[in-house]
Amino acid sequence: MSASDVSRTGQIGNVLLQVEHASLTFGGVKALTDICFDVREREIRAIIGPNGAGKSSLLNLINGVYTPVAGTISYRGQVRKRMHPVDAARMGIARTFQSLALFKGMSVLDNIMTGRTLRMRSGLLAQALRIGPAAREEIEHRKVVEGIIDFLEIQPYRRQPVGMLPYGLQKRVDLGRALALEPQLLLLDEPMAGMNLEEKQDMCRFILDVNDEFGTTIVLIEHDMGVVMDISDRVVVLDYGRKIGDGTPNEVHANRDVINAYLGIAH
Amino acid sequence: MAREGMAPAAADTFPRLLLWHARVRPEHAALREKDLGIWQTWTWSDLAAEVRLLAAALHQLGLGRGAHVAIIGENRPRLYAAMLATQSLGAVPVPLYQDAIAAQMVYVFQDAQIEYAIVEDQEQVDKMLEVREQYPGLAHIVFDEPRGLRHYEQPGLISYDELLLRGTDFAADNAEYFDEQVAATAAGDTAALFYTSGTTGRPKGVVQTHAALIGRARAATVFDHLGPDEDVLAYLPLAWIGQNIFSYAQALFAGYTVNCPESPSTVANDMREIGPTYYFAPPRVFEAMLTQVMIRMEDAGRIKRALFHHFMEVGRRVGGRILERKPVSAAMRLRYALGDLLVYGPLRNQLGLSRVKVAYTAGEAIGPDLFAFYRSLGVNLKQLYGSTETAVFVCMQPDGQVRADSVGPPVEGVELRIAENGEVLVRSPGLLKEYHRNPEATAEVRDADGWFHTGDAGLLDADGHLRIIDRAADVGRLADGTLFAPKYIENKLKFFPQIKEAVAFGDGRDRVCAFINIDLEAVGNWAERRALAYAGYVDLASKPEVLELVAGCVDKVNADLAADPLLANTQIHRFLVLHKELDPDDDELTRTRKVRRRFVAQKYQVLVDALYAGRASEYIETEVRFEDGRVGKVAAMLELRAAKTFAPVARAA
Repeated sequence: MSASDVSRTGQIGNVLLQVEHASLTFGGVKALTDICFDVREREIRAIIGPNGAGKSSLLNLINGVYTPVAGTISYRGQVRKRMHPVDAARMGIARTFQSLALFKGMSVLDNIMTGRTLRMRSGLLAQALRIGPAAREEIEHRKVVEGIIDFLEIQPYRRQPVGMLPYGLQKRVDLGRALALEPQLLLLDEPMAGMNLEEKQDMCRFILDVNDEFGTTIVLIEHDMGVVMDISDRVVVLDYGRKIGDGTPNEVHANRDVINAYLGIAH
Repeated sequence: MAREGMAPAAADTFPRLLLWHARVRPEHAALREKDLGIWQTWTWSDLAAEVRLLAAALHQLGLGRGAHVAIIGENRPRLYAAMLATQSLGAVPVPLYQDAIAAQMVYVFQDAQIEYAIVEDQEQVDKMLEVREQYPGLAHIVFDEPRGLRHYEQPGLISYDELLLRGTDFAADNAEYFDEQVAATAAGDTAALFYTSGTTGRPKGVVQTHAALIGRARAATVFDHLGPDEDVLAYLPLAWIGQNIFSYAQALFAGYTVNCPESPSTVANDMREIGPTYYFAPPRVFEAMLTQVMIRMEDAGRIKRALFHHFMEVGRRVGGRILERKPVSAAMRLRYALGDLLVYGPLRNQLGLSRVKVAYTAGEAIGPDLFAFYRSLGVNLKQLYGSTETAVFVCMQPDGQVRADSVGPPVEGVELRIAENGEVLVRSPGLLKEYHRNPEATAEVRDADGWFHTGDAGLLDADGHLRIIDRAADVGRLADGTLFAPKYIENKLKFFPQIKEAVAFGDGRDRVCAFINIDLEAVGNWAERRALAYAGYVDLASKPEVLELVAGCVDKVNADLAADPLLANTQIHRFLVLHKELDPDDDELTRTRKVRRRFVAQKYQVLVDALYAGRASEYIETEVRFEDGRVGKVAAMLELRAAKTFAPVARAA
């Protein structure tokens, strides 16, 4: 898995997302304090930190679930004051969840199809009756979804209810649903949590492939340091809601604060 | 033999067959592949057009006559086109196993001096680049699936799509070039090079000509009355001649449709969707399917389970006979028809075997129960015998003469002889031309009179059916000169679910004796149902009831052997049930669980001697190695029994 190879770093572009002095509080609890960092086009950006460091809060900030009490977030140069997750989705930001949020009783195919909702044009009635343009539209969407199924190699499970699948595969379906949005920025909340080594390796490959094939920018939260070191271009380190490190995996790995807070002394 | 639509004798190479089908049935499906959830069809004219273009492109790349081209990947239409394009230029495709690692492939690349490789995807490209480190001669690597390969910058690495583009201009300007090349290839030229996996020593490249492969394909197609409307599912490696002849040689001869599954893990589903009419698989595939059925039945409700078992019993009794059109009483016919409606039909459908006209199994011995299961379902499963060196078809079972223990009479054109030592010798138009760059090996397997030495020991029974009994090297003789095939006897014993392993002795002795290992699970279950208490393996194995059970199995095997005049003398006279399971950790079995007969005989010399000395019991103490590496001792007093033997009976012919 030679991830951060020269050829890929070459294609990293301009700043896509800029978080400036963002803070977030829940009542008296300071979840995030004065966070500054940026994400560049086509890069893989990891966020690491101990439990409760504010990683998921940061993702929620980016896709509009929370609004910062101070500071700004700008996406493609556009500063946002207040945003709803739907707006984020319209702007091309998709995410997966730490605890899966799939429709367990629905098939893999249908679950991924739900990711296309925002792109459906025809009305509910037309879709239900499959008349005229709605039928054509469905075929188009199905094509995209089949492309994703092929990409994630889940063809054998196409028709199976998601709830019947092993956990690692459900994670993959979750990723597939996020991809169905054809996002520019993909937020992954612990995509490898609870996976065995082989599943992790597969997931790493899919993340790298998504980044490479579709040019998708990826922000991911991950605990497995091996994974982070292997696939990310730059890493943000949080501790108690503050940023304590930022840089390439090697820089972060050598950072004393980071070592103390997170990696432990063995390194 | 002028069957409607059958390829004429003039179409005597694969490219000529392709052109012939493209002319006669241009819109008929040649290949299908499930892509993005939909079966995409390549008609014969599509395929011919693709091959023309690809051949032009390969020519541009410098591929010349006689060169070798490695073809590596799952069954995909483009790899089929690649084989055809290679052959069209008079070059030779070398299909390799896609799951082999680079280190194993290097030898083949060196041996065949391969400069061109046409492969499926990134996985294979990575291997090719690894191969190239040790064998720089590999100049051109063409890949079909570009995923993950965008940033690979290696000399000579090119995508299939890009390659096709390169051929476009040349193909347009030199339309006659392709036809000239096809015309320049003769039927006697090499069509393909197959590397045999080679359980011992280095793999050998088997050179097969167009004439040999097409000749055998023709014989088999005529034999089973196959036509252009068959559907086959191609999911085993193309490097295996079995798959190659079924989905390439025969498909090109008969003009039928080859279906490529979406991925290796969707085969069961794809099989249901396609419903192949012609099917070929080694016994392990059939076994896996049966296991699946059994597991699902265990989970089914009581009524369903009862129905299943009831009608499987009916099927066992008359299914095979009905399939063979033998007389069956009207009442049983009615019951079978009901079973077909309720059980067999749905089951066949579930397995994707609904439309199967003919199914074959080959490669190793198939258990009679397994074989009977499919036949009782109404699936026309038959056996055949052949190898890479014989272009597969040596013997095939004709409809109506199907038996579990034989592989049928020789196919048209094949001469068969059993050598002094029991080895099966074959003379056939399908024989290999030679082993590539290995005249010594060629001379070893083919004698001056053109007989190919198969290495298998067999018998020809009264009806002229061949029965494979063992590897020739393992066959011995009793003191009186009777042929003794230990594996044949052991397999017969092992077909009983209660018997896990068996070791037969007899080479150079006056009679046959055997060690038997019980199957803990099967016999344990059996004991529990009889409320027979036991404390572990050693205890269970020494229970008189268990010995009685095993004796019953041995008697049945003996009765079977007695029915065969050639093997009647090798009935088991005395046997014992071993106190411990034979185990690879104790070197008694190989890692692939084959008995190491000589080692076992040495280790348990005392027991062998006791059997032959006619003693009634013997004390044995054995060292065993546990999984954690500790060493312990198992001791037991074993009872040595005499088995019932039968007077040889001449089979009522």
